[in-house]
Amino acid sequence: MGRSLKKGPFVNQKLLAKIDKLNDAGQKKPIKTWARASMITPDFVGHVFLVHNGRDFVSVSASENMVGHRLGEFSPTRMFKAHGAHTAKVAK
Amino acid sequence: MARLLGIEIPNEKRIEASLPYVYGIGRPLAKKILAEAGIDPGVRAGELSDEQLANISHIVAAKKIPVEGDLRREISAHMKRLMSINCYRAIRHRRSLPVRGQRTKTNARTRKGKRKTVGVQRNPDAKAGKV
Repeated sequence: MGRSLKKGPFVNQKLLAKIDKLNDAGQKKPIKTWARASMITPDFVGHVFLVHNGRDFVSVSASENMVGHRLGEFSPTRMFKAHGAHTAKVAK
Repeated sequence: MARLLGIEIPNEKRIEASLPYVYGIGRPLAKKILAEAGIDPGVRAGELSDEQLANISHIVAAKKIPVEGDLRREISAHMKRLMSINCYRAIRHRRSLPVRGQRTKTNARTRKGKRKTVGVQRNPDAKAGKV
């Protein structure tokens, strides 16, 4: 089920505050974040986020057509290990 | 055979059933269009007058219902956008696995295609005790 329109998009306020701060300072530096559920708003565009996936931080650089998606969509939490992959590794 | 919306030629079925031969029009939409055009859904497609056929295509165009090539193009444009941003949905599309969080332990055959066994590829050196 989708989110109620009444509430508007969910954006992590702390994250947004950080971006505002960076925008005011005219700087761009990667922001480490755990807020995977946060929607990417137009303010996010051009910034780089290090989105936690449970193990490490995946670098996500927000672009225009990512707006409306959530940060977590770009930081996969599961790794697919192909069958027999370990063999290939050993063979190397 | 009636010609409709470019290349589509629905056959001697009831118009309600032959309209869904057009890519982008299903049964419910067909009914809606026919209601608007004031055509009896039970009439055979071949028995429709040219006027009535023109009326149908007119409604489809007026309501901006994407059909056939336009619809396919629209879908592939959406896919391309997903692919370009490399999000989770794009990854699922690429692997041709279900995109909307369905289980894959069983089922998901529509996306995964025919069942195929995945065996373990044994290391040829293993038997010789080299590893």
